[in-house]
Amino acid sequence: MAKTLRVNETPLVLYCLRRADDALILGHRLSEWCGHAPMMEEDMALANMALDLIGQARSLYTYAGQVEGEGHTEDDFAYWRDERGYRNALLVEQENDDFARTIMRQFLYASFADLYWQAMVKSKDETLAAVAAKSEKEMAYHVRHTAEWVIRLGDGTDESHERIAKALEYCWPFTGELFEADESEKGLVAEGIAADLSSLRDQWRTNVKAVLDEATLTMPQDGWMQKGGRSGRHSEYLGHLLTELQHVQHTVPGAVW
Amino acid sequence: MYTQALNNAPETGERQVEDAARMESFQARIDAEERIEPNDWMPAAYRKTLTRQISQHAHSEIVGMLPEGNWITRAPSLRRKAALLAKVQDECGHGLYLYAAAETLGTSREELVDQLLTGKAKYSSIFNYPTLTWADMGAIGWLVDGAAIMNQIPLCRCSYGPYSRAMIRVCKEESFHQRQGYENMVTLSKGNEAQKEMAQDALNRWWWPCLMMFGPPDAASQHSDQSTRWKIKRFSNDELRQKFVDATVPQAQYLGLTLPDPDLKFNEETGHWEYGVIDWEEFKQVIAGNGPCNRDRLAARNKAHAEGAWVREAALAFAEKRRARKAAA
Repeated sequence: MAKTLRVNETPLVLYCLRRADDALILGHRLSEWCGHAPMMEEDMALANMALDLIGQARSLYTYAGQVEGEGHTEDDFAYWRDERGYRNALLVEQENDDFARTIMRQFLYASFADLYWQAMVKSKDETLAAVAAKSEKEMAYHVRHTAEWVIRLGDGTDESHERIAKALEYCWPFTGELFEADESEKGLVAEGIAADLSSLRDQWRTNVKAVLDEATLTMPQDGWMQKGGRSGRHSEYLGHLLTELQHVQHTVPGAVW
Repeated sequence: MYTQALNNAPETGERQVEDAARMESFQARIDAEERIEPNDWMPAAYRKTLTRQISQHAHSEIVGMLPEGNWITRAPSLRRKAALLAKVQDECGHGLYLYAAAETLGTSREELVDQLLTGKAKYSSIFNYPTLTWADMGAIGWLVDGAAIMNQIPLCRCSYGPYSRAMIRVCKEESFHQRQGYENMVTLSKGNEAQKEMAQDALNRWWWPCLMMFGPPDAASQHSDQSTRWKIKRFSNDELRQKFVDATVPQAQYLGLTLPDPDLKFNEETGHWEYGVIDWEEFKQVIAGNGPCNRDRLAARNKAHAEGAWVREAALAFAEKRRARKAAA
């Protein structure tokens, strides 16, 4: 862990990194599809969504660097923290598996992120409000696109129904973490900088349920929810993802790319 | 990317049965630089030649996503990652656009894609080489896209309307890719020793295959007279190759990199750079399926297609259900 960047995680820095890490890791996952999607139109769409997310991550990392004031760049955060330093939710690092899993993961996350960025437009932090204004539009598109697929797959063939139902079952235990906030985050909520995540959950459920109903899928019961990503306790998948993402920077350190 | 002069001999056999008067007026339209549109009468051989060329071009775009896609997850900065992903996405867009242009000639995308997957159709030889380091992303943008632009700029004036219009748009994006690739090479060649070495190594590996992208030498190539008469092809393979070499040599000099050709020299009289002998045996082998990645590229396309079958079936089944529900309502 010697190579890991030491970040001064003040509440606002940590807050930005959590959002940025969600966006980067999910964007990276989507980018793994490029050239291998079930149809060319989806190659385009998945790449589009990946680009939106990577763009969001870049803005947020840059801002985290400014707030931290240690001269760290977007790439320092992305390429020089190891898996214990990453702050993304567990949902976004889960493997692509089949198209159904990728779509369901994206649908559940985007349904959250759309509401989240809508709320963040009113943030007292001008930079976060500006990122929110852009991201909210992007996530609304992600919701629309993936909801259409959830419905198509759920109400398509027996095989597609089975696959999307399995994907829902797999992803569900990771959704609780999206709405979790620790003490450091609660302070930012009180200051009007951060949105109150727990307040978004009912609307999220309503929106998700409407789509699942149309897809002839059953909304799962909330059982035990997996968490840990926000404080750097991840699944085994993240380390492999980061090994790949960080490979060139670590092979030729100190270079300008 | 990327069209390549792989098989320029138009099928002339069917020509005899065409109406001579129609042929004459068709040629007159071409000579007058008019564009031929999908609903216009055209000789069967013209249709066939264009269907093959446009679909080969589309296949090349789609297969071309693979070598660069190989580095998206390993791009060394977030800026490079976004740029590379956007570039590969553009290539997919070109592929879709070109399949649509080919469909205007009466063959469906499914049929054309099937020809690719079964190995019946060809695509540009260049994509059968592996991308081994990050510098390959620079070299491909600079050289492969550079060669593609040389090939494709004249196609913006191709006699077939949908293809020429597609090329205008595609060329704009390609020239952006080319500048992006070159900028990547500038960064590497101004970087540390490891980066410079990486850049030189990439140039060494990509230079000769790029020269082959223009197809066999004029002396050895099948007649492209008919394509020239039909204004599908406006320059010969060697002419385009020479333009590319002349444009690229100064760019390599600016980078401080050495082109891997000891015979390369400037001819004051002709004003052209003369290059060494191209290994046409290698080209032949790659076209025949024996390049380092031919089997991998086709396997990757087939895998994506096979693994996506259930998704496409579901989409069709759902559309069918919805239609039936609407009809019943």
